[in-house]
Amino acid sequence: MPCVTWLGRDRGAAPGPLDEAPCSEGELGVPGLAQCTADIISTVEFNHTGELLATGDKGGRVVIFQREPESKNAPHSQGEYDVYSTFQSHEPEFDYLKSLEIEEKINKIKWLPQQNAAHSLLSTNDKTIKLWKITERDKRPEGYNLKDEEGKLKDLSTVTSLQVPVLKPMDLMVEVSPRRIFANGHTYHINSISVNSDCETYMSADDLRINLWHLAVTDRSFNIVDIKPANMEDLTEVITASEFHPHHCNLFVYSSSKGSLRLCDMRAAALCDRHSKLFEEPEDPSSRSFFSEIISSVSDVKFSHSGRYMLTRDYLTVKVWDLNMEARPIETYQVHDYLRSKLCSLYENDCIFDKFECAWNGSDSVIMTGAYNNFFRMFDRNSKRDVTLEASRESSKPRAVLKPRRVCVGGKRRRDDVSVDSLDFTKKILHTAWHPAENIIAIAATNNLYIFQDKVNSDMH
Amino acid sequence: MMLSKGLKRKREEEEKEALEVDAWWLDPGLPAVTQAPPTLASSSLFDLSVLKLHHSLRQSEPDLRHLVLVVNTLRRIQASMAPAVTLPPVPSPPIVPNVADNLLASSDATLSASMASLLEDLSHIEGLSQAPQPLADEGPPGRPVGGTSPNLGALDLLGPATGCLLDDGLEGLFEDIDTSMYDSELWVPASEGLKPAPEDGPGKEGAPELDEAELDYLMDMLVGTQALERPPGPGR
Repeated sequence: MPCVTWLGRDRGAAPGPLDEAPCSEGELGVPGLAQCTADIISTVEFNHTGELLATGDKGGRVVIFQREPESKNAPHSQGEYDVYSTFQSHEPEFDYLKSLEIEEKINKIKWLPQQNAAHSLLSTNDKTIKLWKITERDKRPEGYNLKDEEGKLKDLSTVTSLQVPVLKPMDLMVEVSPRRIFANGHTYHINSISVNSDCETYMSADDLRINLWHLAVTDRSFNIVDIKPANMEDLTEVITASEFHPHHCNLFVYSSSKGSLRLCDMRAAALCDRHSKLFEEPEDPSSRSFFSEIISSVSDVKFSHSGRYMLTRDYLTVKVWDLNMEARPIETYQVHDYLRSKLCSLYENDCIFDKFECAWNGSDSVIMTGAYNNFFRMFDRNSKRDVTLEASRESSKPRAVLKPRRVCVGGKRRRDDVSVDSLDFTKKILHTAWHPAENIIAIAATNNLYIFQDKVNSDMH
Repeated sequence: MMLSKGLKRKREEEEKEALEVDAWWLDPGLPAVTQAPPTLASSSLFDLSVLKLHHSLRQSEPDLRHLVLVVNTLRRIQASMAPAVTLPPVPSPPIVPNVADNLLASSDATLSASMASLLEDLSHIEGLSQAPQPLADEGPPGRPVGGTSPNLGALDLLGPATGCLLDDGLEGLFEDIDTSMYDSELWVPASEGLKPAPEDGPGKEGAPELDEAELDYLMDMLVGTQALERPPGPGR
């Protein structure tokens, strides 16, 4: 961490015309208009190489950015991310049986490992998961016998000889097509999807159930976890997130609203209601309050790249768990402990229910999560140092170095400190992603996407 | 932006005072909330939670996580309030309970209508005979409410907004409240009935039926007749 300085490289997620300047920033829609809620970014995900970055928004759109290859002329400037493709993944639907509208908001995007020239990703809203295939076309056939260049049929009398159409280069066209639609698998709202390391199956989790799908089969799925009680009156806990282990195709974890993690082994039984391991930290009696359970609810769980650890995010902390120790996390980091005395107000305005995500860096040495006021936090597990940074216009001018921020809770206040009482709780960074190998991070701040990169393209620790 | 120190200090002090009135329990210097005198704090939180629960239940498709967390929080608040028999009478009823009750009164009709239709759908599809749930007969606070409470289940802790004097103390607040409207039949999606889910066995409990006395009482309540006398309720 000490050797990494973060630079602004923000890239507004704009499908419209982009500025020519390399590090411009823009908003979806027409600049100057009030923020459009459909443009609120709801998920961010790098693919396995980090070459592509996908964002999903509340309006059901997916925007994919591609990293430009590094220019040989300017070896110090790393590749920029430019818009590669934009498509409408989900549309609003109406469930006639329940008279309910199904939101088109993209809850999660997960990339499939690339197996050929095409890229594939899964995107999901509350009810339906879709598999999209993204292909490039940079050649087109020319010299048809029956059609002319515009595609009009030729007058046959003018055709005197046969020719073989030739492939000629053309401007790159990115084509996206829905290959599979996995529908009707979920009664409740899907909160997670995760691709298995076997690259053939994936799971989807809603509030009460987790289903296992085969990527090639859309008309059925296997239910592997079901925590719906016989009487809904007895419902006290819901599933909040789930993920497959990165290497062991039989293992997955799911988190609950009560702050527990359950590691399940699919080899043990077809229905994994009984966990193999239960990770739970006992409640600290000295900090017990009415809101203890709410703030312990896990909003995100991520395996480390190594597969040895899990990272969880609850309302006030991020925790690192060792798969070999169920009793408590091995590390706990305070994200914004100054909010602990404000829980009542945060309960009142529902902010206490906000679901923040968390992320590992490529070497599992640094963890990152978002907070309020467009702040996000990074914790270096080795040095135990942490930093607060801000995703804002000012801090993201091209090549601007991000300045560490500080929140003061009273007492001595430095010049650029932000007081707790002046935090903007509408500016929340819920979705963040870290490049799988390099120090490049993508931060979603409402409807703006910021991409930050370290100053020196340092090797991984 | 430069603020004169004096101005800033004054505002902070005012804010502090305001906070002190409403949210003194947030003072980190105080012991854990449950140990502090819970009357004012708990009842406000309780009211707030009931409001949230209502709001959540009125969604066409409630956010289950939000709902479960609010219900569990209500339980905690309830647990801290219940044993405190020596609660001093609340001097002035907070605004919130009245709002909550108005919400209840106005939403009763729509809630019961949607509840009834949901249950009808369910029973029709599953072939179970379920009587329509009794209407939530919560009147304005302080009014004794009659009617059997059916199988309350885990959600029987929810009563009407508190904050008014009752002759029989805190217990009376929750005793006779029919909380069936909070039963989760409301938030089971209708399509649940379509799935031959193995857990939905015939063991599903039926709801007790309204008897005529309760119906009459409910009608009185709805029409607005003042019924101060607690009707003889079936075994409590």
